[in-house]
Amino acid sequence: MQDTSTISAVFGRLSLDSVPIHVPIIVGTFAGVAALGIIVVAALTYFRLWGYLWKEWFTSVDHKKIGIMYLVLGIIMLLRGFADAIMMRAQQAIAFNGSEGFLPPEHYDQLFTAHGTIMIFFVAIPLVVGIVNFVMPLQIGARDVAFPYLNNLSFWLTVAGAILVMMSLFIGEFARTGWLSYAPLAETAFSPDSGVDYYLWSLEIAGIGTTLSGVNMIATIIKMRAPGMTMMKMPVFVWTALCSNILVVAIFPALTVAFFLLILDRYLGTAFFTNDNGGSPMLYWNMVWMWGHPEVYVLILPAFGIYSDITSTFTGKRLFGYTSMVYATAVITILSYIVWLHHFFTMGSGANVNAFFGIATMVIAIPTGAKVFNWLFTMYRGEIRFELPMMWVVAFMLTFVVGGMTGVLMAIPPADFVLHNSLFLVAHFHNVIIGGVVFGLFAGMTYWFPKAFGFKMNEFWGKVAFWGWVIGYWVAWTPIYFVGLMGTTRRINHFDDPTLQPFFIVAAIGVAIILVGILGFVMSIVMGIVQRDKTRDTSGDPWGARTLEWSTTSPPPEYNFAVTPIVYDLDAWQDMKEHGYKHPKDGFVAIHMPKNTATGIYLSGLAVALGFGMIWYMWWLAAISFAAILVIAIAHTFNYNREYSIPVDTVARNESRRDAQAAARI
Amino acid sequence: MVVMNPTGDIALQERNLILLSLAVMLVVVIPTMVLTVVFALRYRKGRSPHLYDPHFHHSTKLEMVIWLVPLAIILCLGVVTWITTNTLDPFRPIERIAADKPLPANAKHLDIQVVAMDWKWLFIYPEQGIATVNELALPVDVPVRFSITSTSQMNTFYAPTLAGMIYAMPGMQSQLHAVLNHAGDSWGFSGNYTGDGFSDMRFRLHGTDQAGFDQWVAKVKASTGALTTDNYLALEKPSNKTPVTYFSAAPQDLYGRILNRCVTPGTACLYELMAKDRAADRDNGGIMSMPAMEHSSGTHPMNSTMDHHQMAHPAESGT
Repeated sequence: MQDTSTISAVFGRLSLDSVPIHVPIIVGTFAGVAALGIIVVAALTYFRLWGYLWKEWFTSVDHKKIGIMYLVLGIIMLLRGFADAIMMRAQQAIAFNGSEGFLPPEHYDQLFTAHGTIMIFFVAIPLVVGIVNFVMPLQIGARDVAFPYLNNLSFWLTVAGAILVMMSLFIGEFARTGWLSYAPLAETAFSPDSGVDYYLWSLEIAGIGTTLSGVNMIATIIKMRAPGMTMMKMPVFVWTALCSNILVVAIFPALTVAFFLLILDRYLGTAFFTNDNGGSPMLYWNMVWMWGHPEVYVLILPAFGIYSDITSTFTGKRLFGYTSMVYATAVITILSYIVWLHHFFTMGSGANVNAFFGIATMVIAIPTGAKVFNWLFTMYRGEIRFELPMMWVVAFMLTFVVGGMTGVLMAIPPADFVLHNSLFLVAHFHNVIIGGVVFGLFAGMTYWFPKAFGFKMNEFWGKVAFWGWVIGYWVAWTPIYFVGLMGTTRRINHFDDPTLQPFFIVAAIGVAIILVGILGFVMSIVMGIVQRDKTRDTSGDPWGARTLEWSTTSPPPEYNFAVTPIVYDLDAWQDMKEHGYKHPKDGFVAIHMPKNTATGIYLSGLAVALGFGMIWYMWWLAAISFAAILVIAIAHTFNYNREYSIPVDTVARNESRRDAQAAARI
Repeated sequence: MVVMNPTGDIALQERNLILLSLAVMLVVVIPTMVLTVVFALRYRKGRSPHLYDPHFHHSTKLEMVIWLVPLAIILCLGVVTWITTNTLDPFRPIERIAADKPLPANAKHLDIQVVAMDWKWLFIYPEQGIATVNELALPVDVPVRFSITSTSQMNTFYAPTLAGMIYAMPGMQSQLHAVLNHAGDSWGFSGNYTGDGFSDMRFRLHGTDQAGFDQWVAKVKASTGALTTDNYLALEKPSNKTPVTYFSAAPQDLYGRILNRCVTPGTACLYELMAKDRAADRDNGGIMSMPAMEHSSGTHPMNSTMDHHQMAHPAESGT
């Protein structure tokens, strides 16, 4: 607990000193962000887009729009997280021979904490959730998710968390405790200022959003599949989304509770994770890693699903070994719960415990290996079209197996004893997260972009993005594996050993190449929009794909399918095409759809106020926001006017327009 | 690459284990990567249209191979893991000096107590009665037992030339058994981030023959200043880039008090609190009473097991 004498009744512990106007880098960043913000706000105002955004996007409960908003959030936060990465790489490349670089520990420690936190919670999760949100209901032939309003709320709670993290850049500071904020370092005794509180409250709020989204997706997959789509006829992406969300629902509570107990330690002086009074920091480590390890599979499983769908589309073949793919996914889901201890073999749990968790970890390599072979044999005797999404798949296969190998290596406890907490470990998890998750997300975004917008991303810039990321990854992370083998531990700010410097310089060059990849990706969207008339797709199926989302228009109408499809086979759309499916001309009925609501935005805005009040000890603000959250959430349950009906005429008009467009194209 | 060229037998065995497992895994990884490239080129659209078979999506034989090959690799590695996790357990006393040097029957190990502090390493040599900061001297071919704790943070004791790492944790004790086989200087590091001064928290590892070690002990003994309780409490305060410091003497019970978090005079030691809790527990028929809640460490299973080390160790090391 902090000295209470300096806490004002109105502003809590917030004062003008909390604004870091004396740190040039932050002032510069703030100026940049503020200028950009003003331009965006001015442009939106000038083009009178506020009303449009509010009505059509922010308050929308349409899973497609929410999915796209998640992706926009993830891409914006990727730029922030990547800016941190550039600064870290620059620091480590120059901080040699007595130079301490340009970032003092206080700033550098915030950077690596923010980088990890942002990249996992506000980049990887939103991008994965966004793609699942957009694609999964279309793939199962549903009109929306099970709980559309909850979906909107989940999204805005994630945004609320991101806003709090971004606020910490300019008001106060972010945590300096590493991306999982280990106790006891994160306890008040060692981190008294607002940084850890920013961390805890932003992740608690975003975490609730992610948990609710998990519930929503599971209910959708279980209850809302099109007639005929049995579990074993679901596309692999739907299977992986299901398993990923089952993991979410099971593990996020562990994280929420761990953070909540740490909040109690920090605010009320309890001793759950303290050194003294019977606290156990080890307990915190166990709880966060019970979340942390399955979390890796929350991210990678949907990526595996993306690779499966893309491989099957671009090889022109049904996925090899669908059943074994499904079982492999389920086995990974279950095993991922019993491996968390491998994150701290070096804590001294004893040989038998370590060996159990080590072997359990390795066993995951069996289903994962089977998956890699399944993709491989889908390519076998295929007719592979190397469009951009398929290029990402091949790059993934070549990159990911190396990361998998170093992962199994570190699952052997005595090998881990020399590699743990070294830069070898850091290289390993970037190898699997970039080579596995990020490549998959880019593949997925490129693949489904024409479904979402009706035209493709620009191919030239897409290739720039591809080569920038793939070459950049290898140039940036191969040297880091080697400095790890040279005994370098992670999170070090400056070095004495000059033989390390060439490796860090190469890594910094690699990061510059990845920057080209990121800019290429942004450009491929911008140029895609500029040249949209060239790549416009009226067929709804620009890649010759096999699953249901390609059976409707691009972009799909708000109701997704005018007539609910009936599924007879795996690869339902391929099956429909083979049987000469004709788009229905009549027999439409009126469609009930959920109405937009702004409640999610209000609740999330109040959640930001609640978090901000708690972080700065403005108890009145926290209390009022919390009370308002309860009132609004309960009041919303009395709103029975939540649906509207799309008349038959409108549906029929939409559908005949679509037929006309398709005919004009042919 | 120090991890690949260590000078201690334990680290060498760990290096060999890494190379062995990599070799076993490459047996499947290299063919997979080659096949990926071959298939990508061979089945590219237009390259070999006569081979295209859109209906090839199942083959029981192939699926058996797909599952059994990784299974076989993991079985091999699993056996290796089970054996080496036991033989290379840091808590287990070493059983040989080097691959070609068995442990002599009368071998005596050297005891060293390691304390991770903010942000420096304290080494206490109980037998020699000396202590140093940020410098660890080891005689070659002598088995060493490190007893490791920390004052405030979870840290990691990591001397890559010597052996793998193990956490240093406040109020708890870890152990590491190792042996250095070649003389020479190298660095030891902190593996786990602990805050501001972390980057400079390193120690010099000075490997020397027995004569050199004896000289080094004599040099430390000749230095001015003993590690009294007052000196220790001053040292415990966070400091950055702490230079190598020698203490000519260190109290025999100091490490035990650090471990039990009662160096400051008048503070109750963890083992006392635990004993009190246990007594209170007994008096209440096993149900914890409110006063016991205040010091519940004794009821935590980890602390209870550590209790044996905590109480036994200071006495043991004094002999």
